[in-house]
Amino acid sequence: MSDTASNTLLAYITKGRILPVTFSIQWPKWTMLAILVMGILAPVVTGLGETTRAAFGILPVLGKHHFNLTAWQQLFQLPGFTTSLQLTLVSGFLATSTGLILTIFGCAWVYNTSEKSFLFSKLKPFIAPMLVPILAAPHAAIAIGLTFLLAPSGWLTRLFSPWLTTWQLPPNLTTVQDLWGLSLTLGLIIKELPFLWLISLVALKQINLSKQLSIAQSMGYSYANAWYKIIIPQLYPLIRLPVLVVLVYALSTVDMALILGPNTPPTLALATMRWYNDANVAMLLPASAAAIGLAGLMILSVFVWEIAIVIIMAVTKIATRSGARGKHWRLVSTALATALPMSLLLGFLSLVVLLIWSFTWRWSFPDALPTSWSYSYWLKLITHWPLALQHSIILALGSSAIAVIFAVAWLEVQDRFGGYLSRLTLWFIYLPLLVPQIAFLYGLKVGFLRIGLNGGMGAVIWAHLLFVFPYVMLSLIDSWRAIDRRYLQVAASLGTSTWGCFWRIKLTLLLQPLLLAWAIGIAVSIGQYLPTLMIGAGKIETLTTQAVSLASGADRRLVGVYGLLQALVPILAYMLAIYLPRLMALKKL
Amino acid sequence: MTTPINYLRSIRLMAIYSALSIGLFSQPSYSDQWQDTLDQAAGDTVYWHAWGGDTRTNDFISWVGEQTDSLYGVKVQQVKLSSTSEAVTQVLAEKAAGENTKGAVDMIWINGPNFLAMKQQNLLHGPFVKNLPNAQYLDLSIGSAATVDFTEAVDGLEVPWRLARFVFIVDSDRVKNSPKSMSQMLTWAQQNPGRLTHPVVSNFMGTTFLKQALIELTPDTSVLQQEASKVSFEKASAPLWEWYDAIKPYLWREGTSFPENEAIQQQMLSDGVVDIAMAFDPGAAAAGIASGLLPPSARVLVPSEGSLGNISFVAIPYNASHTAAAKVVANFLLQPETQAHMQNIDVLGSFSVLDTNKISHQHTMAFSALPTSEALPTLVELGPTLLEPHSSWTELLKQHWSERYSQ
Repeated sequence: MSDTASNTLLAYITKGRILPVTFSIQWPKWTMLAILVMGILAPVVTGLGETTRAAFGILPVLGKHHFNLTAWQQLFQLPGFTTSLQLTLVSGFLATSTGLILTIFGCAWVYNTSEKSFLFSKLKPFIAPMLVPILAAPHAAIAIGLTFLLAPSGWLTRLFSPWLTTWQLPPNLTTVQDLWGLSLTLGLIIKELPFLWLISLVALKQINLSKQLSIAQSMGYSYANAWYKIIIPQLYPLIRLPVLVVLVYALSTVDMALILGPNTPPTLALATMRWYNDANVAMLLPASAAAIGLAGLMILSVFVWEIAIVIIMAVTKIATRSGARGKHWRLVSTALATALPMSLLLGFLSLVVLLIWSFTWRWSFPDALPTSWSYSYWLKLITHWPLALQHSIILALGSSAIAVIFAVAWLEVQDRFGGYLSRLTLWFIYLPLLVPQIAFLYGLKVGFLRIGLNGGMGAVIWAHLLFVFPYVMLSLIDSWRAIDRRYLQVAASLGTSTWGCFWRIKLTLLLQPLLLAWAIGIAVSIGQYLPTLMIGAGKIETLTTQAVSLASGADRRLVGVYGLLQALVPILAYMLAIYLPRLMALKKL
Repeated sequence: MTTPINYLRSIRLMAIYSALSIGLFSQPSYSDQWQDTLDQAAGDTVYWHAWGGDTRTNDFISWVGEQTDSLYGVKVQQVKLSSTSEAVTQVLAEKAAGENTKGAVDMIWINGPNFLAMKQQNLLHGPFVKNLPNAQYLDLSIGSAATVDFTEAVDGLEVPWRLARFVFIVDSDRVKNSPKSMSQMLTWAQQNPGRLTHPVVSNFMGTTFLKQALIELTPDTSVLQQEASKVSFEKASAPLWEWYDAIKPYLWREGTSFPENEAIQQQMLSDGVVDIAMAFDPGAAAAGIASGLLPPSARVLVPSEGSLGNISFVAIPYNASHTAAAKVVANFLLQPETQAHMQNIDVLGSFSVLDTNKISHQHTMAFSALPTSEALPTLVELGPTLLEPHSSWTELLKQHWSERYSQ
């Protein structure tokens, strides 16, 4: 057995802990690190650097060369600043915590095989078909569909008007775009729940769930209490990063806030976007300050969240030690059992109304269904779609393939050569997800232009990779670590080489997670709006750039067509990820 | 109505005709300079950055591309923006990075504050308007509408292509006694609480509504043409705030929430959420009906004292990659046939920017032969055009409104 192989074996046995490996065989690790630094860290830091300079008054292109704090003063004095801040924090934290609670409940629900389970257990077979479209659909599409569902002039009102409500005109009520950001929060929950749920279900495979549950139950703990006291403390550390990503997304979303959030004043991210878009270019300075401020807010929020979790975990521990078997979860369970299917149903119906709209010509209030139908928009699309669809597919396939390959290479190198840098480098990888896009994209664009990357396909793929790679990594890393190392030990002891282990055991065992990671990568790439527009200089027209510019014109019929098309590509990828391994398994039988 | 096919044929004939006429007649032949531009442009693609929220405009732009392609070998690729400032930011970023020749933006649909920003930052190519053969159809005398953009002198840096007029759109089934002025609007709102709104003030249509109210309510409109000072602004805007304070409680959701832009507002009109919408296009109601976005009962309502008007322009950035081709497209937009096609309510319904005294009788006939629609006002019905205030007023209006009402 070669040196490398024995080292690797040793590494496997000690479960990837730091090993005293010699420096001579560490070059693959440094290569990977160099690619990571150049490919992801450098662009983000460059972009942030440019924005930070502008935030402190230095923007040479506008003839501003001197450090000052005017932009910050301007920012804090902008009307409605504190309300914006409050709105951002409330919707961000509320959406993330509710999403997390529902996710955990959803997992418990899926694993609850006892006959006396919840009222909605009959719904179980419908969960996956509802989950995938919501996961695949772009945020903006869900938001637009949800708005049409819940607005006073929306579908729900129309279904019951005028025969029940006697409304001939929509009531002057506030449902969506409420001043407290509740509809925005709801939209975020609906969209993020499937992502967290999927990630959690994958992560749960690392825990010996059924055994622990049955032991706990045999000791008199209720099913709910067993989850609360035993499973959750093990599950949360595994999904910690995805949760933080969701938190940051919720705090910094622009497209959802634009459609579902209030606008006088709007959330901080949307306000920043508006200042960036102000015709007065001098507003770039306070806009930059706001973007940097937003990045600071993200860091602070992550910190606060983490502290809150530590406190909750401590409380849980005390509760666990008390040994109480109490069953006081019924009310909570019922509430969650209602909220969870409602959330999924609303998300699914949002897409259904988009489908209906895409075949609509006119749909007046209070008709329950379109007044007149038309397939002209789909027809028109067939003559115009090839370019946008083609670009979207090239970008999605390109960036997701590179991301998956690099993620596998990264994890394999860590397996073989240890990973004492892994904690820090993980933060590098997730950096693009942890700072708001607007905080570095403008600077990144300038940086790309300086090195001669002007709006090419390559530059856009690179920009997409900044966001695709972390998501791919996020969805792959836990499954990779969860591989039963005993398979590898057995294989190695039977003489299988390191490469053999890699190809024949790891990749085979991980086929499903790999495909899922790839599908998530595709969905992330398809949904990218700002990076495509800014780095592609508008020349690379994709389904998403089309959809967003059309959404600004509020033609629901076209938004329906583009939104569904945007969802369709990732749906196909998810279907492939879910069913391909099953087909292959069948073939082997 | 003229079908596109027929039109295509006629414009091709025109092209052949004018091609034949070169050398035979002196009149329509191109100057050497323009011929050079045409030669240089052939085979290029113009990246035209234009707001992409209006399907009819998008369709018109792709029609323009088909025409210029067959006439001059110049293709047009519309870069659909959700906000015009995205194109300004792009050019600014290129300048910051020292990309001074191969910019990604060839042409921008622009006006007002965005034009001012680009002009002040020296981001525009030109002056070039007078070199376009079709500039002969424009009234370019000093101070004329086509030479001023929001009180800022155009200086030959942008080419007018469509006329914009601020109008209200009402659902005539629901609004029987339409308010004809801003003071009547207040009475109307009090009688119909919750049925009126305006787009957010950060959107240009929101500020336009405030500007229209300012012009109607302020005692002396002449100060609006000069740069605003703190004193002049406070004095001139006082009646506006008094009026707004009075009307705000009667707005949709008591004026705590507003639609993001005029398209959303028109959607609200269509959904029956409000009874009045706004547009910067006299053809908006007719166009909306034709595309199914507005109810057949939608009608245009023009304030009796006239309404704000301006012209939409196209400009070429200083670092455009395809300057010559952009000029060819800009020139094509000024072609009387193009303008007549654009004014056709079945196409775009935007009014022509050409000087009616300068186009031939034949072309005048083409304009008067255009189809009409009940929802389309005639030029007489549109009444006088009110001048846009100096840009500084817009900035201050936005700022003061936010301070007063956005907390």
